[in-house]
Amino acid sequence: MKKIKFFTSITALILAISGINAQSNEERGLQIAKAAEKADEGFGSSIVDLKMTLKNKNGQTSERFLTTRTLELTTDGDKSLIVFESPKDVKGTATLTFTHKIGTDDQWLYLPSIKRVKRISSNNKSGPFVGSEFAYEDLSSQEIEKYAYKFIKEEGDFLVVEQDPVDPKSGYTRRMVTYNQNKGYRLEKIEFYDRKNALLKTLTYSDYKLYKNKFWRAATFTMVNHQSNKETLLKFGEYNFGAELAEEDFTEVALKRAGS
Amino acid sequence: MNAIQKTKNATNAFAKNWANFVIKFKWPVLLLTILLAMGLGSQGKMEFDGDYHVFFSESNPELEAFDALQEKYTKDDNIIIVLAPKNGNVFTRNNLIAIEELTADAWNTPYSSRVDAVTNFQHTSANEDDLYVDDLSYNSATKTDAEILEIKEKALKEPLLVHRIINKEGSVTAINVTVRLPGENSAAEIPEVTIATREMISKFQEKHAEFDVYTTGLVPLNTAFFESSQKDLMLTVLMLLIVVVVTLVLTRNIFATIATLFVVLFSIMSAVGFIGLNGIKLTPPSAVFPTMILTLAVADSIHILITYLQKVRKDGLEKKEALVESMRLNFMPVFITSLTTVIGFLTLNYGDVPPFWDLGNIVAFGMCMAFLFSTTTLPALMAIFPIWKSKKVKEQKDGKLGWYTNLGMFVVRQPVKLTVISIVVIGLLTFLARKNVFNDEFVEYFDTTVQFRQDSDFINENLTGFYNVEFSIGSGESGGINDPRYLQKLNEFEDWLEDQPEVVHVNAFSEVARRVNRSMHGDNESFYKVPENREEAAQYLLLYELSLPFGLDLNNQINVDKSESRVTVTLENNSSAEMIAFAERSENWLKDNAPESMHALAVSPTLMFSKLGFRQADSMFKGNIIALILISLVLMIALRNFKLGLLSIIPNVAPVLVGFGLWYLLKGTINTGMVIVFGMTLGIIVDDTVHFMSKFLRARRELGYDAKAAIIYAFETVGKALVTTTVVLLAGFIVLSTSSFALNSYMARITVIIIIAALIIDFILLPSLLILVSKEKEEPVRKSKMQVQLDK
Repeated sequence: MKKIKFFTSITALILAISGINAQSNEERGLQIAKAAEKADEGFGSSIVDLKMTLKNKNGQTSERFLTTRTLELTTDGDKSLIVFESPKDVKGTATLTFTHKIGTDDQWLYLPSIKRVKRISSNNKSGPFVGSEFAYEDLSSQEIEKYAYKFIKEEGDFLVVEQDPVDPKSGYTRRMVTYNQNKGYRLEKIEFYDRKNALLKTLTYSDYKLYKNKFWRAATFTMVNHQSNKETLLKFGEYNFGAELAEEDFTEVALKRAGS
Repeated sequence: MNAIQKTKNATNAFAKNWANFVIKFKWPVLLLTILLAMGLGSQGKMEFDGDYHVFFSESNPELEAFDALQEKYTKDDNIIIVLAPKNGNVFTRNNLIAIEELTADAWNTPYSSRVDAVTNFQHTSANEDDLYVDDLSYNSATKTDAEILEIKEKALKEPLLVHRIINKEGSVTAINVTVRLPGENSAAEIPEVTIATREMISKFQEKHAEFDVYTTGLVPLNTAFFESSQKDLMLTVLMLLIVVVVTLVLTRNIFATIATLFVVLFSIMSAVGFIGLNGIKLTPPSAVFPTMILTLAVADSIHILITYLQKVRKDGLEKKEALVESMRLNFMPVFITSLTTVIGFLTLNYGDVPPFWDLGNIVAFGMCMAFLFSTTTLPALMAIFPIWKSKKVKEQKDGKLGWYTNLGMFVVRQPVKLTVISIVVIGLLTFLARKNVFNDEFVEYFDTTVQFRQDSDFINENLTGFYNVEFSIGSGESGGINDPRYLQKLNEFEDWLEDQPEVVHVNAFSEVARRVNRSMHGDNESFYKVPENREEAAQYLLLYELSLPFGLDLNNQINVDKSESRVTVTLENNSSAEMIAFAERSENWLKDNAPESMHALAVSPTLMFSKLGFRQADSMFKGNIIALILISLVLMIALRNFKLGLLSIIPNVAPVLVGFGLWYLLKGTINTGMVIVFGMTLGIIVDDTVHFMSKFLRARRELGYDAKAAIIYAFETVGKALVTTTVVLLAGFIVLSTSSFALNSYMARITVIIIIAALIIDFILLPSLLILVSKEKEEPVRKSKMQVQLDK
């Protein structure tokens, strides 16, 4: 009897400790995410050119050039406008996206060949972005409300936080995100786990550059899909934070203008 | 004659010395052979490979073309789970909820990359410039009856769903789970997926008894291969029982039976060691090796044992004397029959189907070891075991021998008539044999007792086809798939395919182009056609790319630089000949109607199997000729007679022709497994000829009998032995013919026919021919010069 009692008290103790830990880990995870958001606050708007390289398992590649304009919003998710510069036959095709902290994002598409703007209503966030290994949800602005957080570990400057998507339509069960606490909580690496909780992809950020002494921007994103052995490489040019874009640069009219 | 006598004495002396040696050192010999068998056995490893790729050699051009296609596009395997609600309507709230549930579960399948169901189909609708993309039925619990009716209408109008995911009536639906196997170890990956899938389905059925569930797809196909290997391996146990019974009946001696068991088990252990040492992975055709070795090896032992016991029981010889005498009499015949069997099995290497190489090599090795053990372990054991002489066995000499003597007399009386009748019958059956057609439908490899076959048949009848053909259609330039001329032609090809009677479903990129075009024009049906300019098409494609769901990308259908697209045609179950004809018809349509860049080869696993039989037959042809030449040579040397060696070709080849002729009357279609029977059975049935001819020659040469008397002598001396070995062989192949796997069961069934035919031919045609040939010999005028010279 004594033994059993001893064990139960030990078990209770372990449970209690882990309970405390779980709670504080969740809080700490959220804190880190908030700190990261705060560190990047106030960039206003940016324009950047990028080259997207798709690579299949045999090493065959195809390239696309895009320009991305982003407008920072604090009350709701960011707005972004992406224009395809090449290949030639899709030049001028452009998308406009309003991310929302809660609910489905809004998206418009401009097709220069028919000179029309189409509004696309879709809650398909988990699908790939134009054939790349990036899903929409990987590229759209990272709003705090979209995940539940759990701090995992600290390794030197690196903090690893597990993020579980709130949206049931997400393609992931969790993401393991590595922040660099000494470099403005910039992201170093994200590992994505699919619905069956198997490692699906790893995104690595590299060639970081500090803009305006505050905003870290990686010039290279490397996304590797471990299941299909495909890869997508994003190479960013120089960020332009001085364009001072405003709401009127992110409208259907602006979308049409951007494409032509 | 002198030289012959010398060699004969030499072999006799060798066999005698061998026997004396084995008997003298019976314990060391036994110990050594046990160590050898154990040593080899300890290296044994039995692994199974269920991947259907094992049936194709690396140089197989169809496999190369198929692999090339899979390199260009996404390489996927799948599991199709088919749900048939008992109420006959998929579109009820509860049924849709259940489908959503199972779909969600299916995402947890190991290595899965995508799950497609009617509920999560990405349905696009357009209202002027607004596009709505959504799951066809998400959160079905919240849908109203009117909404469910609307879902049903949409689903049954959707070309991507009908005949693929849902049937026309809306009574049967599928959930297609796409898996991306790493391919590092298919022996482990496939069972992992299968176990998870089965568990998921049985849980689903427990909860939802209102559904009948069926499974098919490439993973279940591989599983079925895998499981039939294991099942066929279990036939060994049955064969082992038969061996015990047959040996007991024939020898009426428990020790002889034990000794035989030792020999056959040692042979199998050695073969298992051979498999392990060579890293062979077992497949359905090669998994039958233990039964084959058992069947073939037991004959060696029985010959030696029967003579031994006869010498003890009838001739009253001492144990040692009887053993030596039995070894002396049987050493050469056992050696020759083993040699011909080994040659026969080794020629399987000439074929183009790797599992049969394995089978040939494993059995050949097993037979070498069986020869070794029959001439070492067996006599050593018999020398160790006591022999009970007290029990006098009743002589049945008169009755039994009389029967064979009568048969001999019957043949001797009318050799010409029998020869003519035989040749007419054989000729007729040979004519019929040519009418057999190849059919390698891999679904039909499994008989209807196999779940996979039952499920596939249901799915084939009620939802979609399991057979398919694929084309990779080029445009000739990077990004060229957006060229309206290409799209237009692709569309025409798609339409043509749809019109073909055997086609169930066509999936072509032109359909995507039409669909997006319609969406871009507010769902106006008159725009359900391919776009008319290249920019438009390219931009629509971009839009389409943006709307693809998780786990799907364009690469399923379009290659990386957008210069080629894939057309997948689903077909009804067709015979191999129809599959090949369809593929040719399609290829010709492209040649006749499309620019050169669009010409393409039809490829698919189905088509690879369809051509497998032809490929195997072509490649085995050379092997068969070589087997025939080698085995005839062995016979000539063994019989020391060129003419009779040449003559032996007739009774050795005729059974196969007769077998296939009768097969045409029974079934009419043959498969890859049956192509090997010529080489294989040749090595086996030749034994009958060897025994019969050698006794005939012995009577002529040593006893000075005339041809007719020599025939009767041959019947009296080996008639029973031939029937006995035939019975043992029949038992083995009848056991194999119960296999649920057609490559094995058909092969075994035709072998049964061939073995029976061989015995009949050896009892009727062979003696008649021997008499006729000998008659010629007495008339020197008729002898051709050629023969005289060669006969020396």
